Amino acid sequence: MEYFLELFFGGLTRGSIYALIALGYTMVYGIIELINFAHGEIYMIGAFTGLIVAGVLTAMGFPALAILAVALVVAVVYCSAYGYTMEKIAYKPLRGANRLSPLISAIGMSIFLQNYVLLAQTPNFLPFPNLIGEFEFMEDYAHILGSANLVIILVTAAAMVALTLFIKYTRMGRAMRATAQNRKMAMLLGVNVDAVISLTFIIGSSLAAIGGVLIACHTGQINITIGFIAGIKAFTAAVLGGVGSIPGAMLGALVLGFTESFATGYISSDYEDVFAFGLLVLILIFRPSGLLGKAPTQKV
Amino acid sequence: MSAKTIVLEVKNLSMNFGGLRALSDVDLDILQGEIVALIGPNGAGKTTCFNCITGIYDPTEGDILLRSPQGKGVRLNGLKPNQVTELGMARTFQNIRLFPSMTVLENVMLGTHCRTKSGILGAILRDRKTREEEVRVVNKSYELLKLVGLDHHVNDLASNLPYGAQRRLEIARALATDPFLLLLDEPAAGMNPNETIALEQLVMRIRDELDMSILLIEHDMKMVMSISDRVHVLEYGQKIAEGTPAEVGANPQVIKAYLGEEAVDA
Amino acid sequence: MEGFKKSLLACIWFMFLTFPLVVIRVDTAEKTVQWRWMHMLWVGLGAFLLSYVWRFMLKRKAMGRSATNPDGTPVVPFLQRLSANPPLARSIMAVIAIGALVFPWLFSTYQTNIMISAMIYIVLGLGLNIVVGLSGQLVLGYAAFYAAGAYSYALLNHHFGLGFWTALPLGAGAAALCGIILGIPVLRLRGDYLAIVTLGFGEIVRLVLENWNEFSMGPSGVSGISRPGLFSVELSVDGATTYIYYLMIGLVALTIFVINRLKNSRIGRAWLALREDEIACVAMGVDRMKTKLTAFALGATWAGMAGVVFAAKTTFINPASFTFMESAMILAIVVLGGMGSILGVSLAALLILLLPEYLRAFSEYRMLLFGATMVLFMVFRPQGLVSSERQRYEFKETKESQG
Ligand SMILES: Nc1ncnc2c1ncn2[C@@H]1O[C@H](COP(=O)(O)OP(=O)(O)OP(=O)(O)O)[C@@H](O)[C@H]1O
Ligand SMILES: [Mg+2]
Repeated sequence: MEYFLELFFGGLTRGSIYALIALGYTMVYGIIELINFAHGEIYMIGAFTGLIVAGVLTAMGFPALAILAVALVVAVVYCSAYGYTMEKIAYKPLRGANRLSPLISAIGMSIFLQNYVLLAQTPNFLPFPNLIGEFEFMEDYAHILGSANLVIILVTAAAMVALTLFIKYTRMGRAMRATAQNRKMAMLLGVNVDAVISLTFIIGSSLAAIGGVLIACHTGQINITIGFIAGIKAFTAAVLGGVGSIPGAMLGALVLGFTESFATGYISSDYEDVFAFGLLVLILIFRPSGLLGKAPTQKV
Repeated sequence: MSAKTIVLEVKNLSMNFGGLRALSDVDLDILQGEIVALIGPNGAGKTTCFNCITGIYDPTEGDILLRSPQGKGVRLNGLKPNQVTELGMARTFQNIRLFPSMTVLENVMLGTHCRTKSGILGAILRDRKTREEEVRVVNKSYELLKLVGLDHHVNDLASNLPYGAQRRLEIARALATDPFLLLLDEPAAGMNPNETIALEQLVMRIRDELDMSILLIEHDMKMVMSISDRVHVLEYGQKIAEGTPAEVGANPQVIKAYLGEEAVDA
Repeated sequence: MEGFKKSLLACIWFMFLTFPLVVIRVDTAEKTVQWRWMHMLWVGLGAFLLSYVWRFMLKRKAMGRSATNPDGTPVVPFLQRLSANPPLARSIMAVIAIGALVFPWLFSTYQTNIMISAMIYIVLGLGLNIVVGLSGQLVLGYAAFYAAGAYSYALLNHHFGLGFWTALPLGAGAAALCGIILGIPVLRLRGDYLAIVTLGFGEIVRLVLENWNEFSMGPSGVSGISRPGLFSVELSVDGATTYIYYLMIGLVALTIFVINRLKNSRIGRAWLALREDEIACVAMGVDRMKTKLTAFALGATWAGMAGVVFAAKTTFINPASFTFMESAMILAIVVLGGMGSILGVSLAALLILLLPEYLRAFSEYRMLLFGATMVLFMVFRPQGLVSSERQRYEFKETKESQG
C-alpha cells in the first residue's frame, strides 16, 4: 500500500510537470494549429535560468526559499521573453504558409536553442541545489511524498486555477477563446490577433518556466537535453487529452504521469520512455482526436 | 434517345455536422446525357451534397446509387473518393484545388492515374509497356487541354494560370479520369460574361461529344437557365423544388428563397 | 534613422535576452560565479548587424520572390540556369564525375572516409526526399530505418557471418518492412501528427536497441563488423575504404537514377499531387494509402541500404548513431536542398557534411547553425537551395508528342 501511494504521488508529481508544459503546447495549437516543437527548450531554458539565479544568490548567501521565489520569477520573465521572441522570428513570418513549414521551423528553433545553451553553458549535467528542502511537518510522510513533490503539486494546482480563471473571466481570455474558435472572425470583430498569439506564447512559456525550475529542484540535476524528452512527453499528454483543449491537457498529463509511474514501478524502469512514446503512438493511431477531443470533418 | 437510364440516384440523403443539419432528406436523380443544375442560396448545402456523393463526406443517412451506361449499378455509400472516381464519376471543386507546383499538363495527366497501371518497377526500368502508356497519357491529356482551350499553357505551372483558366483546367483534369458523370461545383464563379458563355459552350460540347451526364452547381442564373435540362433547388438543406428551368423559375417558393418574402407579394 | 533605432532596440533586446545564459556561469557546488562580460558585446554587435539583414530580407520577400536585373529581366539563379543549359550542365557533371572517380587516389584514406560519409548522407537525404520532398509526408524518425539497415548487417554478420553483399538486400528489405509495418497504421494521420508519431517510433526503436541487451547488445553496440571483401578476398583497411568509396559512388548514382525516373512517372506525379492537395488527389482517383505506402517503403529501403554501408564502413555501431538529431540532420538536408530537388539535396548533404569537417572552428557551431538555417530557410526560402523543376513537354501541331 505504501509503495502504491508512493507511486501514486510520484505519478501526480510527474503529471503536474507534464501539465505545466502540455498547456503551452495545447494553447498554441489551439490558436495557430502549430506543434511548437521548441516548447520543450523553453522549459529547459527555464531550468537553466533558475540554476543561474540560484548559483548567484547562493554565492551571496541568501536563504533557500527566497532563492526559489526569485528563481521562479526570473525564469518566468526570461522564458516569456524567449517565447515571445521565438514566435516573432520563427512563426509569425510563416503565417499563411503551408502546414509543414512552421513545423520544420519549430524543429530548427528547437535544435538552435538546445545548442545555444550547450555553447553558452555546458553539455554536461549540472547539479541543481535543492531549494525546497525538507519541511518538518512532512517528516512522517517523506517516504511516500517528498516536500519537493508537495510543492510541485500545489504550485501546479494554483497555476491551473489561475489560468482557468484568466481564460474564463478576463477580456484577454475571451479574446483567446474567440481566436481559437475562428481566427478570421475574431480579427473581423476587432480582436488583436497578433497580441493574442503573443500572449499565448508568453503564458505557455511562463508555465514551462515554472515547471523547469521546480522539476530541477526535484531531480537535482539538469542538462540541455531535458527539454526534448519532457517536451515530447508533454506533447503526448496534450494529444492524449485532445490537442487544443485546456482541461484535456491537464487530464492527459495526469494519465501519462500515472501510467509512467506505475509502469516503471511495477513493470520495469529500463523502458520508462518507451511507455510514454508507445502511449503516444497508440493514441495517435487509435484516437487521434484524444480523450476529450472530437474528430472534426475537414471542410472541403 | 428514348427511355433514358438513370445514371445517379440519391435517396433521402442527410448530413449532420455536429448539431448542424446541412442536408436533410434530399432526393436527386440524373438521367443519361442530361445536364442537371443544383441551385440554392449560399449555405444551402449544395457543396455538401457533392461531397457526400463523391465519398469525401460519409453521409449520415441515405442511399447513393451510380449506374454506368453499361447498366451496372453500384451503391456508393462508404466508398472512398478514389473508388467513386474509378467507377466513373469525377468532379471539380468550388474553391479551386489544383496541384499548384505541377505543370498544367501534369495536372491533367494525374487524372489518368486510375486508368493506368504502370508501377514502380516500370517507372525505373522504363520498359516498352510503360513508355507506351506514358505516350498515351501525354497525348490524351494534350487533347483534353485542347478541348478546354489550354493547349498553349501545357508547361506553365498551374498556379500561374489566370482564374478562369484554372477552372477550365479542373474540368480537363476531371475529364482525364474517364468519367461518364461529371460534377461541376460553380464552374463559372469569378468568370466574366464572355468567359461564361464560352464555358456554357464547353459544357454542352462535353455532354454531346464525350457523351457525358453533368450535374452542376451554379449561381449564375443565366447559365443555369440556358444549358440545363432540369433544375433541383435546395434551401437550408432541403429540396424545395425540381423541374425544367422554366418551371423552377416560376415557382413562388424558389423566388421566395432567392429574393425574400416581399418579392413574391410584389 | 528608423532602421538604426530598430536595430538598436533589437540589440538591447537580445542583450537582455541572452544575458543570464551567455554571461553568467555558476558552480553551485563550489559556490562560485563566473562573469563573462565580453560575450555581451558580441551578442549586442551581432544582434545589431543581423537585424539589418533580417529587415532587408523581409523587405525583399515582401516585394515578391522574383528579383529583377536592372534592365527588368528576372534574375535566374545560377543553378536554375544550369539546368536550362544541358550542354554546360553535362560538362560540369563530367568534371564532377571524373573528380569523384580519382578522389581516393589523390587524397588520404581519412579524406576518402569523409567523402564516404558525405555520400551516405546524400543517399539518406535523397531517400528521405522521396518521403518528405516528393510525397509530402513529414517523417521525423528516419534514423530508425537507417538503424534497421545497420543493425541487420551488424547482427547477421555477428551471429551468422553473413557477408556484405547478402546483407545489403536483406538490410534494405528489413528497413522497407519496418516502413510498411509503421506506415499502415500511421499514414492516415494528418501531417503534423504523422511527424510526431514517426518521431515517437524512432525514439522507441533507439530505446529498444539501447535496452534490449540480448538482442542488440545494448548501449555498447556491435563491434567487429566485417568490411566488404572483394570476391571473398580480405582487403586491407585502405583497400576496403577505397572499395567502399566506389561502392558508394555506385549507390549514389543508382539512387539519383532511380529517383530521377520515379519523379516523372505515374507514381511520382501521384506523390507530388498528394503533397500538393491530398483531397483533390484522392478525388482524382489516386489511392491514398497505396501511394503513400510506396513512398514510405521506398524511402525506408534507401535508408536501409545506407545503414548497411554505414555499418560496413565503421565496423562498429551503437544506438547513439541513430538519435533524433540524426533524423533532424537528414531532414535539414532535405529542407535546405529544396524539397523534391535531387541536385539541391545532394549539394546540401555535401555542404552539411563537409563544411564542419574542413572548417574546424565551424564544427562547434554546426548544430546551432543547422537549427538557425532551418528556420531561416523556412522564413525566407522555403523552396530550398534549388527549387525543383518539372519536366517540360513539347507538342507539334500534329498532336504528335514526345517527352
Ligand atoms: N465540414 C463541415 N463542418 C461543419 N459544417 C460544415 C462543413 N461543411 C459544410 N458545413 C456547413 O454546411 C452548410 C452548407 O454548406 P455548403 O458548403 O454545402 O453550402 P453551399 O450550398 O455549397 O453554399 P455556397 O453557395 O456558398 O457554396 C453551411 O452552413 C456550412 O457551414
Ligand atoms: Mg458550395
